[in-house]
Amino acid sequence: MAEINIRRKPNIQHANPLAQTLLNKLDYDQLTNCMRCGFCLPACPTFRETGIEPESPRGRIALMKAVADGLMDPDQAFQDQMNHCLGCRACEPACPADVKYGALIEQTRDAIEAHAEHRAPVAGLRKLMFRGVFPKRASLKLLGGSMALYQKSGLRKLARGSGIMKLLPEHLREMERILPDATSKGVVERLGSFYPAKGEPIAKVALFRGCIMDVMFAGTNVNTVKLLSEAGFDVVIPESQACCGALHAHSGELAEARSLAKNNIAAFREAGVSYIVSNAGGCGALLVEYDHLLQEERDERLREDARWFASRVIDVSSLIMERGRVPRFTEGSGEAGAIAITYQDSCHLRNVMKSSDAPRKLLRSVEGAAYTEMKEADRCCGSAGIYNVTQPEMAGQLLKHKMEHASATQARYMLTSNPGCLLQMKLGIQKHAPETHMEALHIVDYLHERLQPAST
Amino acid sequence: MPKLKPELSQQLRSIVGDAYYREDREALVAHSYDGTPMLQSLPDGVIYPSSTAEVSAIMKVLHAHRVPLVSRGSGSNLCGGTVPVEGGIVMVMHRMNRILEIDEENLTATVQPGIITADYIAEIEARGLFYPPDPSSMKISTIGGNIAECSGGLRGLKYGTTKDYVIGLEAVLADGSVIRTGGKLMKDVAGYDLTKLLVGSEGTLAIITEATLKLIPPPKTKKTMLAMYRDLYGAARTVSRIIEARIIPATLEFMDNPTIRVVDDYAKLGLPRDMEAILLIEQDGDPESVERDIARIQGICEAERADRVEVAESREEAERLLTARRSAFTALARLRPTTILEDATVPRSRIADMVLRINEIARKYNVTIATFGHAGDGNLHPTATTDARDAEEIHRVEEAFAEIFEASIELGGTITGEHGVGLVKAPYLAWKVGEPGIEVMKGIKAAFDPHNLLNPGKIFAKQTKKRVVIQHG
Ligand SMILES: Cc1cc2nc3c(=O)[nH]c(=O)nc-3n(C[C@H](O)[C@H](O)[C@H](O)COP(=O)(O)OP(=O)(O)OC[C@H]3O[C@@H](n4cnc5c(N)ncnc54)[C@H](O)[C@@H]3O)c2cc1C
Ligand code: SF4
Ligand code: SF4
Repeated sequence: MAEINIRRKPNIQHANPLAQTLLNKLDYDQLTNCMRCGFCLPACPTFRETGIEPESPRGRIALMKAVADGLMDPDQAFQDQMNHCLGCRACEPACPADVKYGALIEQTRDAIEAHAEHRAPVAGLRKLMFRGVFPKRASLKLLGGSMALYQKSGLRKLARGSGIMKLLPEHLREMERILPDATSKGVVERLGSFYPAKGEPIAKVALFRGCIMDVMFAGTNVNTVKLLSEAGFDVVIPESQACCGALHAHSGELAEARSLAKNNIAAFREAGVSYIVSNAGGCGALLVEYDHLLQEERDERLREDARWFASRVIDVSSLIMERGRVPRFTEGSGEAGAIAITYQDSCHLRNVMKSSDAPRKLLRSVEGAAYTEMKEADRCCGSAGIYNVTQPEMAGQLLKHKMEHASATQARYMLTSNPGCLLQMKLGIQKHAPETHMEALHIVDYLHERLQPAST
Repeated sequence: MPKLKPELSQQLRSIVGDAYYREDREALVAHSYDGTPMLQSLPDGVIYPSSTAEVSAIMKVLHAHRVPLVSRGSGSNLCGGTVPVEGGIVMVMHRMNRILEIDEENLTATVQPGIITADYIAEIEARGLFYPPDPSSMKISTIGGNIAECSGGLRGLKYGTTKDYVIGLEAVLADGSVIRTGGKLMKDVAGYDLTKLLVGSEGTLAIITEATLKLIPPPKTKKTMLAMYRDLYGAARTVSRIIEARIIPATLEFMDNPTIRVVDDYAKLGLPRDMEAILLIEQDGDPESVERDIARIQGICEAERADRVEVAESREEAERLLTARRSAFTALARLRPTTILEDATVPRSRIADMVLRINEIARKYNVTIATFGHAGDGNLHPTATTDARDAEEIHRVEEAFAEIFEASIELGGTITGEHGVGLVKAPYLAWKVGEPGIEVMKGIKAAFDPHNLLNPGKIFAKQTKKRVVIQHG
């Protein structure tokens, strides 16, 4: 076997159209920056589960490069392997060479998506969700409204009772059961678009309300605003903001993600704020990378605005902990002894937004609660955007391990910083630890309920 | 197109099951490289055995068909050791990853080769025992890989390297027969020492399927200090003087000025950028003797005109100092796309001479080389930051390294202290061991593996590189 020694971006025309698109889209510098040391392997959940090289970041990068170099076709196995990656990006902090794996996997999925021939219903649904629903406020509200109707009207009961649900695959049925109550009344409808600081304002900040967040977790958005106000921030909620685009970017719809980013940048730039606050790790991680997302835009002003935006994005826990007046929180449970609590990192919050201390510090500050660190709290829970829907098997395995560690902490509350993780943890408790009475909550909701108003 | 006869593939499949033998493109590509920059070559198949019996059966089949085999741990080696340059089968040992026994009476552990070094060490330490070899790659490397490369680590000076802890092996030969060497014995002189021969044999003599490792009681305490020098020789003399004073530190690490600056740029640790060298020193043992040694070492550092000496007050502070050394590789890796970390070793009294020679050579070839490493055992890692896409620069880097190996041998050293010969050092091996040495080694290889099936193309080069002529003055 001859040695293969292709180091430069090959100047070839691939017969396979997807291979050609990959060659065009992949950042070849990043592919060569990978020195194949393998330091990322132990950080990767899919490698840990399977122990095989193609399921590792080093393996996936080698496969991408092999396709670009014409060493292999981007066959179905290749595409499946790329979809098998959680996109949790635990591999990035582990990498000595600072390889931007997240960018590589997005470019790959973007290329795959450009050539995908989805079966008609899937294509229709994708189009509806990615183009029709997520980006559009009105449709989201409609969706929220109809879901609320479904959930409240007895339809849900009927559906669950009638056996219709049995037509859905098992993992989707499980998901349906843990979905929180949706609403068409988002945070602006409830609080208006400005909410003043308690006491002397430290800074004016803007809330990024998200799309799903504001339908499924509107209460968390409301609590975020109130908590920020309590910590000394004036909060504005620009109304023209849209979905962050993370689901699009991670599913290979980069163009749509870029257009959402431009809309959001304009909306927040106008608001003239010091910080843009995110309460969902998944959204925040894309928001802090808007500058990368738009780095190839021709308009210099736009690139500058993107940098302005990205440099102001911060997670709610970090903002309160690092810049705010940290309020007093008390577990007023009345139960004897301290209440055990624990925390599951949101991968994107930890690996991309680099916030892992602040939420823990906040939780440790709660009087009457005993914070216990869960083993491997930094490891992906398997939720990963819509991964648990598209890759139920791997997601299920990861969740099983996660719940073993969670149960070992004997925590009463399992806290998280991202809606996807929160749902996954709820699912995990329901499936693997129903007897424990553990409750999964968003850290903001937990803290808000334990807020002690400053004695004035 | 599969290159192997369908009948052969079928036989392999029937040994391990369909899921554990693969010939698809994805599997081949993902086992065509290791941690060595710029090397890649596709195998014809990849197999994942789960037991010694399976390994033996696989070898019998391959032997009958004369198909080569490369055994592979995590592919973290830096010498091209697992690149299947002659095709054939890559055998991944990951599924054989159990600790078979921890014998607290004899202080030994018996393990399968595919266990990750760090997982093994964690298990040992949880039992209150100590296994010292700790290669910087231990979070990924396997014990089998460590044994095959005779890996060393930061504790090598005081505690020795992998070879000092392997006391028994089970291994499968090229024809599928199984041998056992050594055992839970601290003394054993029955015949040639095949155990030691297999340690460091780089997968060319046999496939290690089980290992019995020596354990020791852990040290009670540990102290860490950092000494900084404006004069390279001061740092080097300190190393010699510490050893002369009959003190053997647990760790004695070195970083040169280019490394200090890069690490400081990256990790912002407030390192002294104007220093020519720093030494990171640790001592462990009983509290009183640690205190005494650290005080004496501090005295030596000062006598050798260290600009500053810092003794860590707490474990956290010690960690901060250790971070500096640990970030060396990380920081260098971020400078340029390709990082070539080499492994020249000299007697520890010649460290300063060697570092100066390396710097001179780097200047001569106009390449960037920073040097750090295990000063205590003379094992230096001159590390070039370069770009694989620049063929002309890579050529200069290669020339510079050839001259560095030459210098190392001249100073009484060797071409590799811990990473192995593999593919990349093979052309230089004769420089170190001489032609008669090569012939003896080839004889041993032929005795174990007459058809050259195990990891062919490694250790023995088709051609020895001509020695570069060093221009003096
Ligand atoms: C960032 C980095 C830091 C490193 N630091 C160090 C260090 O401090 N000290 C050090 O010594 N090395 C170091 N190395 C080199 C490397 O990690 C070691 O050589 C390690 O022992 C290789 O282990 P592995 O499991 O990855 O083996 P592999 O790379 O898979 O294999 C190495 C060799 O062992 C053979 N082999 C593997 N398993 C078996 C088996 N069961 N039976 C027979 N042969 C087998 C292979 O054929 C090959 O020749 C470093 C590497 C990197 C990338
Ligand atoms: S850690 Fe980084 S450089 Fe090393 S193999 Fe993984 S991606 Fe490549
Ligand atoms: S993003 Fe997560 S799953 Fe994907 S390769 Fe990196 S560590 Fe593995």
